[in-house]
Amino acid sequence: MGTSQTAHLVRRVLYLVPTWLGLSLLAFVLGNVAPGDPGRAFFTRTRGRPPTPEELALVREQFNLDDPLLVRFGHWVLDAMRGDLGTSFSTRRPVTEELLSRFPATLQLAVAAMVVALVIALPVGIVAALHRNRLIDQALRAASMLGASMPGFFLAYLLIIVFSVKLGLLPAIGRGGLENLLMPALALGLGESAVLARLMRSSLLEVLGENYVRTARAKGLPGWKVVLRHGVGNSLGAVVTEAALTFGFLLAFSAIIEQIFVWPGIGRLVLEAITQRDYPVIQGFVVFAGTVFVLLNLVVDLIYVRLDPRVNLGSRRSLRGDLGSRDG
Amino acid sequence: MVDATEPPAVDVVPATPITLRRDATPGWEPDLPASLLLRRLLADRTAVIGLVILTVLVAAAVLAPWVAPHDPAAQDVLNKHAGPSGSHLLGTDQLGRDELSRLLWGARASLLTSMLLGTAVLVIGSAVGTLAGFVGGLVDAIAMRIVDVMLAFPNFLLVLVVVGSLGPGLFNLSVAFLLAGWVGYARVVRGLVLSARERPHVETARALGFRPARVVLRHVLPTVLGPVTVLWTVRSGQLLLALAALSFLGLGAQPPTAEWGSMLNSARDSLAVNPALMIYPGLLITVAALGFNLLGDGLRDILDPASR
Repeated sequence: MGTSQTAHLVRRVLYLVPTWLGLSLLAFVLGNVAPGDPGRAFFTRTRGRPPTPEELALVREQFNLDDPLLVRFGHWVLDAMRGDLGTSFSTRRPVTEELLSRFPATLQLAVAAMVVALVIALPVGIVAALHRNRLIDQALRAASMLGASMPGFFLAYLLIIVFSVKLGLLPAIGRGGLENLLMPALALGLGESAVLARLMRSSLLEVLGENYVRTARAKGLPGWKVVLRHGVGNSLGAVVTEAALTFGFLLAFSAIIEQIFVWPGIGRLVLEAITQRDYPVIQGFVVFAGTVFVLLNLVVDLIYVRLDPRVNLGSRRSLRGDLGSRDG
Repeated sequence: MVDATEPPAVDVVPATPITLRRDATPGWEPDLPASLLLRRLLADRTAVIGLVILTVLVAAAVLAPWVAPHDPAAQDVLNKHAGPSGSHLLGTDQLGRDELSRLLWGARASLLTSMLLGTAVLVIGSAVGTLAGFVGGLVDAIAMRIVDVMLAFPNFLLVLVVVGSLGPGLFNLSVAFLLAGWVGYARVVRGLVLSARERPHVETARALGFRPARVVLRHVLPTVLGPVTVLWTVRSGQLLLALAALSFLGLGAQPPTAEWGSMLNSARDSLAVNPALMIYPGLLITVAALGFNLLGDGLRDILDPASR
């Protein structure tokens, strides 16, 4: 690592502080701008009836709700840093415990979806690049365009209609064996494979235009060997980076697919929490998912710099940050 | 960058009066006359297909009150899940409402809302980006730090927080999209404005002592227009998908409002009996998103031939 890289590393790590504080503030604001008194909300949810004025005062004291906002924000941040994200209104269990118990299911789904995406994207991207602008390239471009336009939830139901309703081959809901994993992973991974395939195509084309590839060809190395050793090997960097970022999205935003397939992950947990106005769980999810995402972003950034030291340190964001920040 | 075995992309319209290309943002052709832009757009197959799709859907949305054969909310419980017939061309839904009418009205809630939101975040984001890029200094520093922090975590979390605290609904969801969406534009537009500032004619205008407002409006903004149009197209498509997804989850448009995502959600219970109720709105969402993506891709090819 050169000095500029070390400086970059230090700056990136320092950036975590305001980012994380921004996340915590976002989560904190959520619990406090919500209509109604949070103490009243807690009491009503846990006891099933609105509190008397005395009971309300007690609850407010218990949660330090009478302290100034800034003091309460300080407490919330310190608690969150210790891993204490409060108690769920509906289950009365610690939010951290709830999130951690649901996380393995989400992780499993995200890994499976990532496998699906890569298994499709890599060969498709390579074939498209090698047949640039020919019929097969055009067809793959159209297919990836369609894949990027079709919402995951629609694809999920198309799969259910065909494989569960019509053919009766796969279970439509629940988590269990491989047969349960297949459809959710496909519904989640297919859209991502479209993005990755296009990236694989363009970065392979770029590498194949380099001088050293021409040299390799000129010295008589067989075509497929050139493509595999020099082409694919050197173009994987961009794809790996993008895949790692995609993985962060899959972890944090599998909510819709989890909801459809009744998959017991954190996405489903937070959707339940929203309908039940279970603020501590929503807050906890924001901090948890945000932290996972930010850390993964940092790791990707560091890998990226290691893979290609010539990289312009400010430019990676353009890969996705501006245009591709996904909402749903 | 360009494949060595192929000649570099040749401009389809030669002898254009564009000479400033070298000092623009790499690849972007500044000051493309609108008529020329339109001519190139109509010559690009991808863009034309996208444009046709969007035009048809927007026309359907705008004309819905006049062309829809039935009231989209009128229930007829004795005639639910009816197949296609003369009076109900696409059949009826789980409450006996006319499916075609609901799909037409749904184009308003889904497509028109997302285009409107796309325009709103464009205006806010471009205003912030122009201000930051043109004024520079402390304004720029503060604006960009906010943008940095907001880009560091996904929009979805912000949307979740707003909907989680204000409650579900199309209005609250739109507020959330506005709060989250301007950031991407601000950064892109700032970069474009920064590079536009260095261009000869802008420097000249500044040196001549024109008021900043005039310099921005007459000389800087026109150079920003092309990339921002591409961004708007891509962004509106993303907003359409996000809006449909969140409405599907029950966090956006609420029944009985006809909105494609929420129609898909309502059709879940009759999945086995009448899957068509899912397939119609799902197809429309896909086709609309495809329209935006094709148009965006085509526009990019036209405005930035190097990326082809």
